[in-house]
Amino acid sequence: MAADKVDPIHQFHINKLIPIEIGGYDLSFTNSALFMVATVVVAAAFLFLTTSSRSLVPGRLQSISEMAYEFVGNMLRDAAGTQGMKFFPFVFSLFMFVLVANLLGLFPYFFTVTSHIIVTFGLAALVIGTVVVYGFMKHGLGFLKLFVPHGVPVFLLPLVVLIEVISFVSRPVSLSVRLFANMLAGHITLKVFSGFVVSLSALGAVGVAGSVLPLAMAVALTALELLVAFLQAYVFAVLTCMYLNDALHPGH
Amino acid sequence: MFVTSAFAQESAPAADTSHAATGGDAHSGTSVPAEAHGTFPPFDPATFPSQLLWLAITFGLFYLFLKRVVMPRVGGIIDVRNDRITQDLDQAAKLKGEADAAVAAYEQELAEAKTNANAIGQQASDAAKAEAETARKKVEAALDQKLGEAEARIASIKANAMKEVGTIAEDTASAIVEALVGGKASKAEIAAAVKSVAG
Repeated sequence: MAADKVDPIHQFHINKLIPIEIGGYDLSFTNSALFMVATVVVAAAFLFLTTSSRSLVPGRLQSISEMAYEFVGNMLRDAAGTQGMKFFPFVFSLFMFVLVANLLGLFPYFFTVTSHIIVTFGLAALVIGTVVVYGFMKHGLGFLKLFVPHGVPVFLLPLVVLIEVISFVSRPVSLSVRLFANMLAGHITLKVFSGFVVSLSALGAVGVAGSVLPLAMAVALTALELLVAFLQAYVFAVLTCMYLNDALHPGH
Repeated sequence: MFVTSAFAQESAPAADTSHAATGGDAHSGTSVPAEAHGTFPPFDPATFPSQLLWLAITFGLFYLFLKRVVMPRVGGIIDVRNDRITQDLDQAAKLKGEADAAVAAYEQELAEAKTNANAIGQQASDAAKAEAETARKKVEAALDQKLGEAEARIASIKANAMKEVGTIAEDTASAIVEALVGGKASKAEIAAAVKSVAG
């Protein structure tokens, strides 16, 4: 059990809570699914309950909900203009989901939904899918102008188009890997330093004295991870806004 | 930040090797990847369908709830507040305009009243001056008249007195003559003598 505690990867294990298997696919309700539900319930309940009084002069909690709403709204309006506001519910949901999932993951013994690449990739694919589908719906083949920047010499055009296509295709990858890697690395680091505390304390008085250093480090890292949790949700939402702007105005 | 990225680099190759190590197993026996403890959990494809399904369910419900319930409510709260603020500002501007107009009207009235008061004062003082002038003139005229009358009376009294001086002188002369001479002088003689002396 001691070795299990120090294992920094253990926190990322997926355990089936309710096994479900349909058509050969394992669709079990796992601890990951449980924390997705928890994320959604916490975020939705917070937003719902804090705004239930609809005060003209908001209290602290209602202010938080309104700040989040206006923060994402301004972000989207700055990046994609007023036309982009039709995606406001989508971007707001993404931001709140990622933010609350990241923050919930910071609690000890809690599972971090966003530390699994398939989850972040699913969200990134949703973003890029929305961009592609909306782009073709709105502009038809004109959406392909996204890959042809203005004012490029004709002989350079094939190369530039190739680079643009590669950069577009790598967007879902970079979007998902950035969030995933940040959460994964942060939680591994936290676990490693916390593990040092446990291992050193087992060595007696000197060990307990020495374990102060990794403990301080773990505290500092927790603060850093709190920042990273917010920052990554913000980065995810900002990039989503910029990609949606491409769907709305493909002509650069 | 560079601390976490360093760990990311450190853990990435480890993850790749462990994934590669179990890659062969996953290809040969796809039916038993559920308990693949050797795989780095985030890269275990066996968990992908379940995670994607539950992500779709939870995120989809979350999206619908936010879009239908939360965002109209928060947007409504903010709109109501902004409306209220602009309304209050408008009202404040309107009241300020009214107050300014009232001040301007008051000042205008004050200025009018001042000019009126000046005019009335001027008029009153002019009237008073004119009245005083006429009164003075009347008094002066009356005084002149009285002076004239008085002078006339003095002249008449003087004339009378002078006349009586003649008779007194005659009487006195006749008395003196009587006393000195013992006879009576005729009145006509005495009157002529007095006249010649007075003349």
